[in-house]
Amino acid sequence: MVSTYARLAWTWTRAAAAYPGSFVLMIVLGFVTTALDVAVILVVFANTTTLVGFSRDEVLFLYGAASVSFAICDMFVSNIDRVSQHIKAGTLDTFLIRPVSAWLQLCADRFNANRIGRVLQAVLVLGYAVAALELDWRRAWIIPVMVITGIVIFAALWTLAGAAQFVLTDAPELVNAFTYGGHQLTQYPLSIYARDLVRSVTYVLPLAFVNWQPGLYALGRDDPLGTPEFMRFLGPAAALALALAAALAWRQGIRHYRSTGS
Amino acid sequence: MFGILRAYILIALWQARPGLAGYDITDAITYCFVTQAFIAPMQLFGGGLGIPERIRSGDIALDLVRPAPLQAWTLAEDVGRAAYLFLARGIPPMLVGAAVFGVVLPGGPGQWAAFLTGFALAIVVSFGWRYLIALSVCWLVDDRGVAVLSMVLTTFFSGMMVPLHIFPGWLADVARSLPWAAMVQLPTDLYLGKAPVMETLAFQAFWAAVLLGLGALGTRAIRHKVVIQGG
Repeated sequence: MVSTYARLAWTWTRAAAAYPGSFVLMIVLGFVTTALDVAVILVVFANTTTLVGFSRDEVLFLYGAASVSFAICDMFVSNIDRVSQHIKAGTLDTFLIRPVSAWLQLCADRFNANRIGRVLQAVLVLGYAVAALELDWRRAWIIPVMVITGIVIFAALWTLAGAAQFVLTDAPELVNAFTYGGHQLTQYPLSIYARDLVRSVTYVLPLAFVNWQPGLYALGRDDPLGTPEFMRFLGPAAALALALAAALAWRQGIRHYRSTGS
Repeated sequence: MFGILRAYILIALWQARPGLAGYDITDAITYCFVTQAFIAPMQLFGGGLGIPERIRSGDIALDLVRPAPLQAWTLAEDVGRAAYLFLARGIPPMLVGAAVFGVVLPGGPGQWAAFLTGFALAIVVSFGWRYLIALSVCWLVDDRGVAVLSMVLTTFFSGMMVPLHIFPGWLADVARSLPWAAMVQLPTDLYLGKAPVMETLAFQAFWAAVLLGLGALGTRAIRHKVVIQGG
């Protein structure tokens, strides 16, 4: 499965690298675009030392953790949102008759290696924040767990979004509100948002487990909204549950797909 | 959706620093939704003009021989689209903002008039900038690079993400004198009644004239460029 993906991804990368100037430029620009979010955080903290009780480096830590997961998914999974175009154009049929899972093929569809710029940017921010905060190493073990949890959650979200396209056919903007919106939401401490919103992203759509709950543990903080300590470790379970739901939804979508017939 | 998330960030900042930049919390929330309403009419994330596509396909040659000036014709098209998008994509975010957080409206017809004039000028400035970006495709062939660059500059320096007034020190001064400030920051300040009306409109008109002037020069330049390629 991995080797198939790698081979498909490599094909697209080679195609894109045929225009090396454009390719390098896009990597740099991907880096710059995402750096804008960091610029905003820096501007905000040029005006205040704490935001809802969180320091600049703590916010950068939360931002970095969420963005590493998000950027990796953006690179490896997000191509699946092109499924709506394939459904409309009838080209999904070709994916279904090839001897590789449609999900895998769609994730690798037009694989965009220049998104590595975004991953790099997020890794740098996270690295900086971890170094600057001098986190307690007895708590820092949760960071890799957190990043992997985040990857699973975002990958599941994208799969759900893709599955929704089978029903909605043409509403990528609607589902983008959940994927890109989810990333936007997790960039800041969740305690800046309204309680109901935080509750819904904790108990309904488990975005709070991407970086907020485990992040609080890594930072050695109590939840300002008062969730109990054991919630910090529920991330993997929540991610697994969401992944299962996404897998089911995707299967349902594929099963109920009707070709436009060509 | 994104507007709501941005509003919460601004609320948290204004709770930490009440009165920052001369705005109170309601002003900050209003700022967020007014700027959100600008995205579609001003095409702040770039695009909106069909020119890059027509340059690549060569159809631009047809456009240049039409008996109407390319720039004025594209401007007319863009203003029409902006007027529609203002109603269709501008009003809903304001209503959402008003329903979720509560926003302020301009006080009195004078402020409304100032805002609407500033908004109209902002549309022209935004068009002037995007027109230049679109023409650059004639020399660069690939439009994605400049498109992203333009998006980065526009979203950051227009005040789309955070008000330019809270930028630190000299960056704020620089940002306020650039053309992007005339697109988002200034019309929003006119809406909130936080800017001197005449000076602001003059600044916007200045940038509109400069960008349109450059656009006119660019149009002449591509005419030669196209002729050289053999059309």
